Amino acid sequence: MADVNRGNRPLSPFMIGQYYRPQMTSISSIMVRITGIASLGTAFLLVWWLLAAASSPSYFAVIDGILRSFIGDIILLLSTWAIWYHMLGRLRHVIWDLGYCVEVEISEKMGLGMFVGATVLTLFTALVV
Amino acid sequence: MAFLTDRKRAIGLGSGRSGTHHHWKMMITSAALVVLVPLFVFTFGAGMGGTHEEVLAYFSRPFPAIITALTAAVAILHFKAETEEAIVDYVHGVTGKLLIVAVTAFSYVLIAAALFALVKMAL
Repeated sequence: MADVNRGNRPLSPFMIGQYYRPQMTSISSIMVRITGIASLGTAFLLVWWLLAAASSPSYFAVIDGILRSFIGDIILLLSTWAIWYHMLGRLRHVIWDLGYCVEVEISEKMGLGMFVGATVLTLFTALVV
Repeated sequence: MAFLTDRKRAIGLGSGRSGTHHHWKMMITSAALVVLVPLFVFTFGAGMGGTHEEVLAYFSRPFPAIITALTAAVAILHFKAETEEAIVDYVHGVTGKLLIVAVTAFSYVLIAAALFALVKMAL
């Protein structure tokens, strides 16, 4: 260990890019992180809206108008998909952590289930809400 | 380099002693999300789209207010941990540390603002 070569060793390739083809396991996992960070942005928008409602009718009208505009609707729809996807992805982590379904084939099926599930739940949310 | 002992070279490269805590926190908040997200999406969604008076009346009721407050606290702390994990992975040095401080401050301000708004609407 004392004279270990620290400089000239091969590095492991980065997960995505030219070294690995995209796989269900890697992409579904990366999407959990992306949707998690995006949901912090969603939280900002919704808290802004709540704060506006608590402040004054005129300020509420401005923020509510933005969130209920066409672009606001699209942002909220994508945010809804992200939070559903993140919930399903984190559920998969809990299942894994409890020691179940760690096989690659089942993990891939769960990954597909997360994409399909989030889309179905988002459409259901859009219909109900 | 020749005067470095093995021990000196190993110090600081070992366990941070907080990894299992972080992992456990993620597991707990993840399980909480599975309960809170469906409750929140439909409760909060039902509260949007009304006039200002309707929104005030809706969020003054206990159920929407408590669901929103719980989700604001638990989910934002979860997303904060999620974002910090990404920062630790990809941004190093002073920039990384400052980003973690920024995300932490941002998250707690968001939680405080959400709780303040709910209390103000309820009173």
